[in-house]
Amino acid sequence: MKFDAPASDNPIDRLKVVGQPVDRIDGPRKTTGTAPYAYERHEVVPNQAYGHVLGAGIAKGRITAIDASAAKAAPGVLAVVTTLDMPRLEKGVTNTASLFGGPDIQHYHQAIAVVVAESFEQARDAAAMIRVGYAPQRGRFDLTAEAPKAELASADSGAPPQEDRVGDFEGAFAQAAIRLDETYSTPDQSHAMMEPHATIAAWEGEKLTIWTSNQMIAWGKRDLARTLGLPAENVRVDSPFVGGGFGGKLFLRADAVLAALGARAAGRPVKVALTRPLMANNTTHRPATIQHIRIGAAPDGRITAIAHVSLSGDLEDGGPETAVAQTKLLYAGRNRLTALRLAVLDLPEGNAMRAPGEAPGLMALEVAMDEMAERLGMDPIEFRVVNDTQVDPDDPDRPFSQRQLIECLRHGAQRFDWSRRAATPGQRREGRWLLGMGVAVGFRNNLVMASGARVRLDRDRGVTVETDMTDIGTGSYTIIAQTAAEMMGVSLDKVTVHLGDSSFPASAGSGGQWGGNSATAGVYAACVKLREAVAGRLGFNSAEAEFVEGMVRAGNRGVRLGDAAGADGLTAEDKMEYGDLAKRYQQSTFAGHFVEVAVDAATGESRVRRMLAVCAAGRILNPKSARSQVIGAMTMGVGAALMEELAVDTRRGFFVNHDLAGYEVPVCADIPHQEVIFLDEVDPISSPMKAKGVGELGICGVGAAVANAIYNATGVRVRHYPITLDKLLEGLPATM
Amino acid sequence: MTASGHHSISRRALVAGTAAGTAPIHGEAGAQSVSAPHGTPGSPEATTAQISLRVNGQSRNLALDPRTTLLDALREHLRLTGSKKGCDHGQCGACTVIVEGRRIYSCLTLAVMHDGDAVTTIEGIGRPGHLHPMQAAFVSHDGYQCGYCTPGQVCASVAMLDEIRAGVPSHVTADLMAPPQVTAEEIRERMSGNICRCGAYSNIVDAIVEVAGRPG
Ligand code: FES
Ligand code: FES
Repeated sequence: MKFDAPASDNPIDRLKVVGQPVDRIDGPRKTTGTAPYAYERHEVVPNQAYGHVLGAGIAKGRITAIDASAAKAAPGVLAVVTTLDMPRLEKGVTNTASLFGGPDIQHYHQAIAVVVAESFEQARDAAAMIRVGYAPQRGRFDLTAEAPKAELASADSGAPPQEDRVGDFEGAFAQAAIRLDETYSTPDQSHAMMEPHATIAAWEGEKLTIWTSNQMIAWGKRDLARTLGLPAENVRVDSPFVGGGFGGKLFLRADAVLAALGARAAGRPVKVALTRPLMANNTTHRPATIQHIRIGAAPDGRITAIAHVSLSGDLEDGGPETAVAQTKLLYAGRNRLTALRLAVLDLPEGNAMRAPGEAPGLMALEVAMDEMAERLGMDPIEFRVVNDTQVDPDDPDRPFSQRQLIECLRHGAQRFDWSRRAATPGQRREGRWLLGMGVAVGFRNNLVMASGARVRLDRDRGVTVETDMTDIGTGSYTIIAQTAAEMMGVSLDKVTVHLGDSSFPASAGSGGQWGGNSATAGVYAACVKLREAVAGRLGFNSAEAEFVEGMVRAGNRGVRLGDAAGADGLTAEDKMEYGDLAKRYQQSTFAGHFVEVAVDAATGESRVRRMLAVCAAGRILNPKSARSQVIGAMTMGVGAALMEELAVDTRRGFFVNHDLAGYEVPVCADIPHQEVIFLDEVDPISSPMKAKGVGELGICGVGAAVANAIYNATGVRVRHYPITLDKLLEGLPATM
Repeated sequence: MTASGHHSISRRALVAGTAAGTAPIHGEAGAQSVSAPHGTPGSPEATTAQISLRVNGQSRNLALDPRTTLLDALREHLRLTGSKKGCDHGQCGACTVIVEGRRIYSCLTLAVMHDGDAVTTIEGIGRPGHLHPMQAAFVSHDGYQCGYCTPGQVCASVAMLDEIRAGVPSHVTADLMAPPQVTAEEIRERMSGNICRCGAYSNIVDAIVEVAGRPG
């Protein structure tokens, strides 16, 4: 099915099931520990052995020798595979660094061996006996030091790198009445999802099955086949539950490759989990950025010139963090300049983490906007309202499909008692606490991806949906069931959903906040086909057939839906594909984030007291699970603002704090009650679901809202995240 | 390089230390015994310890490598995979179980240290169709997303409310002489040993407040 014209009325609009805040259908399994995650699937294949991965102890250089003799002789050891046993493996399409093979080390903790043993303890112990000789080389580990060598880069890997210019930025900036010219930085961050990367691999001849934890089944299958030199049809990937991903499980990683290699060497199924201390350096992370922002405005607050240039680093052949993406679209202004610069670093691979681009980009841009508002003597909300645009500023013929940013801000201001904010910072005190409020805009583009599904109707078993879509905590199981229930006119308990298996039709997968809207649109397409098949079997005109309350009706005839399935059932498969609506319209999601903080006047400790997000993101398919997506993202935004930072050892080239004790993420005591409001919106340009993404919108802008609140509380402007107390202490107002 | 010799020595030392250090012998399980069985394929030096755990009310006998954590004894040997491994280092709380009435990180303790102990895992708290009120509250408040931290959160919540009832104070308890109250602040403090990277805290607190039966 092709979606190439705005959606008209369709069965989803009934909103009997879709749009309802139903509990997750997988909730009982998750809360009882019976939802199976990758490493614990004892039942899928017998005789599983344990693999333990060894990571490189240098960041750059060569391995001169590996002595695995003691490991091989250790109790219980079945096989040892080292990186010297094979040439460098072919890289997956989505990998920058090689996952295994050959003597060259590209980054710290790159996998160099897997030990397979009868038990976990034996494998771990034996891995510690492997002796490795290294010839280290000097590496480039310091983004600031490499900045002069950075080159222009493009957001799309195919396109030639160039600055994006509209009008004459330099001229307009020079003439602007009010100007801002500041530099901001965000550190490297780690996904730190709770479930480590894990895989069970089993061979049957030349056929390989992995039970793994992966957001994008089709990519994983393709890249595992490519890495191991197998035909894709010989690989099956299964990932029904994913214990968090946030972008860290978008790609094939070493756990899958080494489970497969270990299983082949041991002649047995093997399971491998990356240890927590391996994850930060072995896998991917959100790259640090240094962002230069210049804004010029007229005295009335209208922006006349805006420039945003972001520098980040990555391995050779890697890509930039696209932190200027939102600046192209968010505010009006005739004269514009955005550019990405990329330095080569020998740190672990940088890649997507929740809202890549916008998350760090808004941490800078929305602080700059707050600073500009102050220089203009304007309320930060009014400054943003004045600069709203309903069209792509780069191409005024391209309207936003929906843009309720002003409504988000106005509604939020009222709800949050924004009027109580003191315009001058450092004014509000409560005992030892300095209080402040901050606002920032959340913005994230809505992407749509082709997505397929198979839907089956059985006489007694109701409706069954199969798609390789994943549920990484996003609520996919539930919104897919809601979609099928709505389309087929049955109650939610009549729908069964199976996800994450590469033998099911390929879906959009979970990433870039495209999953919810795209995957349900794929289910919609398959259900349209199934409805036609049902109508056809009953001799009904399919345009007239109504699917309501478990019945199919046309004219004065009505048949129980199950009976229409017949003894053998009916199956339909289709996928939703997209035309050029995304080119003709700019599709984006918007939020107003409001934060109140208290900063200890003596110690500089920041506590978040209140948080509100008002979101405009198309139809909300399930307000309960969507709200969870947003509060979770807001929580990660607080982490980004206040604590998250991978500390780089710039001499030895690795992230030092590579576990959950050293890499701090928010805990329960850090997060207040969070409020989320979804504005009424349907977006027929997006898909027949009229929904848009929401899972990443929630993090976009939160960090800046916290930073702006801290400024409002203390009068200290911190432009370099995270805002730890040492950066506040010196500037705090004198204590009483 | 004599790494393997070195390791076998340290393992025996560890076993000896463990046996001496966990002297309490619980009636039903009998004495902890350490033996070095012969004939285990591929592991001539393997040392195993016989222990008994009372898991969710059932007595379970295990022959374990003494290095096995309580978490791995549950997940890998008893196949009670509801308890999760997020870090294996006592840094996340995903492995929280209740041992002898107290919540602990099961990754941070060896199984041989719990011979005879009563262990309650998430499987013993409730199951689909028969949810514990805390599990039901997590479902209705959407107190989870990916679900990986969830069994640990549920076990911790249940044990945490017992701690408050038993009068155990926390860092945020203002009056150490008065019984601690079930407030949102107390819950947030006491639940901070369980990381939820999905960020469901706001809903988790709501779920616990509901079960505790009084508003924060
Ligand atoms: S797995 Fe035990 S605390 Fe993380
Ligand atoms: S639900 Fe995913 S970590 Fe808590």
